[in-house]
Amino acid sequence: MTAIATTGTDVRLTGISKTYGSFTAVHPLDLSVPAGSFFALLGASGCGKTTTLRMIAGLEDPTSGTVELAGRDVTALPPYKRPVNTVFQSYALFPHLDIYENVAFGLRRRGVKSVKKQVDDMLELVQLGDLARRKPQQLSGGQQQRVAVARALINHPQVLLLDEPLGALDLKLRRQMQLELKRIQTEVGITFIHVTHDQEEAMTMADTVAVMNAGRVEQLGAPAELYETPRTTFVANFLGTSNLIAADVLDTSGDDILLRACDTKLALPATRCTATARTGEKLLVGIRPEKITLTHADDAASVPDGRNRITGRITQAGFIGVSTQYLVDSPVAPGLSVYAQNIERDARLAPGAEVVLHWNPGHGFGLDAAQSIEAGTDAGEAGT
Amino acid sequence: MTSPVRWLRRNLVVIAGLGTLAYLILPNVIVTVFSFNKPNGRFNYEWQRFSTDAWTDPCGVADLCGSLSLSLRIAVWATLGATVLGTMIAFALARHRFRARSSVSTLIFLPMAMPEVVMAASLATLFLNMGVSFGFWTILIAHITFCLSFVVTAVKARVMSMDPRLEQAAQDLYATPLQTFLRVTLPIAAPGIVAGALLSFALSFDDFIITNFNAGSTVTFPMYVWGSAQRGTPVQINVIGTAMFAVAVLCVLVAQLVGGRRKRS
Amino acid sequence: MTDPTPTGLPPAAPALAPAPHPAARRKKLVPYWLLLPGILWLLVFFAAPLVYQASTSVQTGSVEEGFQVTWHFATYWDALGEYYPQFLRSVGYAATATALCLALGYPLAYLIAFKAGRWRNLLMVLVIAPFFTSFLIRTLAWKTILSDGGPVVSALGSLHVLGLTDALGVTEGHRVLATPLAVVCGLTYNFLPFMILPLYTSLERIDGRLHEAAGDLYARPLTTFRKVTFPLSMPGVVAGTLLTFIPAAGDYINAELLGSTDQKMIGNVIQSQFLRVLDYPTAAALSFILMAAILAMVTLYIRKSGTEELV
Repeated sequence: MTAIATTGTDVRLTGISKTYGSFTAVHPLDLSVPAGSFFALLGASGCGKTTTLRMIAGLEDPTSGTVELAGRDVTALPPYKRPVNTVFQSYALFPHLDIYENVAFGLRRRGVKSVKKQVDDMLELVQLGDLARRKPQQLSGGQQQRVAVARALINHPQVLLLDEPLGALDLKLRRQMQLELKRIQTEVGITFIHVTHDQEEAMTMADTVAVMNAGRVEQLGAPAELYETPRTTFVANFLGTSNLIAADVLDTSGDDILLRACDTKLALPATRCTATARTGEKLLVGIRPEKITLTHADDAASVPDGRNRITGRITQAGFIGVSTQYLVDSPVAPGLSVYAQNIERDARLAPGAEVVLHWNPGHGFGLDAAQSIEAGTDAGEAGT
Repeated sequence: MTSPVRWLRRNLVVIAGLGTLAYLILPNVIVTVFSFNKPNGRFNYEWQRFSTDAWTDPCGVADLCGSLSLSLRIAVWATLGATVLGTMIAFALARHRFRARSSVSTLIFLPMAMPEVVMAASLATLFLNMGVSFGFWTILIAHITFCLSFVVTAVKARVMSMDPRLEQAAQDLYATPLQTFLRVTLPIAAPGIVAGALLSFALSFDDFIITNFNAGSTVTFPMYVWGSAQRGTPVQINVIGTAMFAVAVLCVLVAQLVGGRRKRS
Repeated sequence: MTDPTPTGLPPAAPALAPAPHPAARRKKLVPYWLLLPGILWLLVFFAAPLVYQASTSVQTGSVEEGFQVTWHFATYWDALGEYYPQFLRSVGYAATATALCLALGYPLAYLIAFKAGRWRNLLMVLVIAPFFTSFLIRTLAWKTILSDGGPVVSALGSLHVLGLTDALGVTEGHRVLATPLAVVCGLTYNFLPFMILPLYTSLERIDGRLHEAAGDLYARPLTTFRKVTFPLSMPGVVAGTLLTFIPAAGDYINAELLGSTDQKMIGNVIQSQFLRVLDYPTAAALSFILMAAILAMVTLYIRKSGTEELV
């Protein structure tokens, strides 16, 4: 199979929205997906990501806006006339047809006469050549998933849409299939749009992730960018875990914004703050748990200068193999979480111990304090 | 506690269940046994002596086989009509949202919730008022009417349990709405449609009450049996009953064997 | 995702919502085209006849002179006054037969659902198989089984049960045929599969682990049945009793073939009024009373049992 070496935009959504009665599933939304990319729509269930995907597929009529595929307006086209294919949630394999016929379905509908070579090749690509004559219900979840991918890909769609394709698989298989899908995408070079509620899955596989919440795109970018500089509390909490500390802005004149939270002074590079900081107003300072170093209060003097430092007391310590997760209560903020790599464990770091939390100010990020500090914390849990 | 008592207690359900089964099967045994009877009078209610006369000459009684073939013809046409009409309604109910949905559901449910005699009398009233002469067509119309609801119920259950994503997947894979229906929806709904059709056939073939009101002087097989209960019951009735039973059981067994083998391969 | 019908939607701002696509509009009409023939059929051959019958029930006249609508509601009272014993008998026989069906059918459904193992399919075939022989023939077979010189009468006679049942009015003159017992026995037999099939369907859905869980939580087998199995099989019980009671109440075949004139049910009356006496108004009035009574009882029953999703 040859990689399609086109550049530019494959899918462009302009002002697309969907309402059901008085409920707005998707607010007017603009989105463009570059050709050949692996694009993920990430969000909790009910956030509008599946509806967006189905509007691209033509399975849902948008209330407003247009869908363009490779520059062609397809908004009015029914699904069977659109050059996109979908891998459905729980696969939707035809139970009355065997694997071979499932994969050949799209080709036959388009009047292709000799399908054997293509079907065999495709089954080879997904490593199911020997199961061609089985019925879908005789296959394991992982195998069914691969059939669903093969059935869609054989049509060389402009875009492959994947609706929670790994949701029904157990954790280990899911990890394996993530790599497998990534391999296939690289091999065929087709644009993939992947809907998922699993932030780890989105970050592992996608080049670009759009985080959706309540029918809107909260932030769009490369996984590392989203993780390192979230722009909203929702993204900060939904993608991984964040400690968010409310602080008063003291000074914005230098390269670093200076802040104060409960008599503790904090610094934050102005470039890492997406909100406008005004002296005397509030700001949320975010820091990822793994960026924080824990030092026992007795060794406080050994903490280098120039780092943000907070004092507190450990309330919980959970050992999870590669790291230990601590919960620390501090006057600055309750329930701060800290992940420490298990390299050299300090036996004094146990619940009740007084500690100093410190981090490089350049690792923090600043957010607008007007948003809910809790946004996205439940959503991540509910999704999985 | 003595052990037989304990055994009895433990197997109470099995014994009671098998007892019920015996109750269900007993009449069929009697029908079969008495198909080999040679009764003295006109009625075949008491065992006299063994004979295969009736088996060698099943159509030996006047009108019997004529009524049988009429019943079969009506059953085939009623099945066809009820299955087509019922399947369409079932698809509308299971796959589409529309106004008057609940009124339609009620209209489907009522014929099943009504004693046959009520439906029979009211339909006959209509025919009388219209001046329609009773016969093949009135029987057929009556049968389609009462089979319709059963088909709707059977097909709807099947279509409802079908994942709507299958049809979406077909459309996504370039199947036009018509192709989607023929290649995906219909094959998957087929077991429900077949079940509805078989039920229709059985109901129509065996119906007496509604036929009795709407047949005029036309005689179907159940009406022949009814009449014979007054005039005298020929042994041939038992022969036909036994043969039907044997053919049906054979069909079921063959279907089971074929189904089982297909599952294994 | 549900797609609610946009009934009475206010006209949306034209700039935002373009007029629906012609394909989409055609799609909206699909269900109506699907419904049209079947619903038309039911309206003409099911609903319209009921209207005709309603009008017939308030007519007076005779076959020779023709019938006229005279709003003669007295037909209803006369019919009730004259035939209330048959009404009560119908309800009584049907209720008894339904109770017997439940008592007999439950163990068999339970046996097939939980204890049959590899015999399950065979047992199912045996339950359905009798259907394949015309039920009139099978009902006639009961004439042989219950006949005066037959095995049932001699067995009951030698056990001196018949004297007792005679005293109770269930049998008469040391015979079973042409007594209430015979009619109820026939009704029970005829509608038993209608009880067993829904019972089996709802029992079969019960997760076997629930029995183990109940046992694990200190429930003895009988308690498990009372507190877990039976409540979970309620949809089957409700469906089964309805499927048995409704046709049994309107039946006239068993009363005709196995009973005497003293066991006539309301179905027999309607049949003879319509087909023999040709008193159509009375037959129509009786039908309506029967229909109303049954619909009322069914509605009440469904409400009480809290199982409203039978259709």
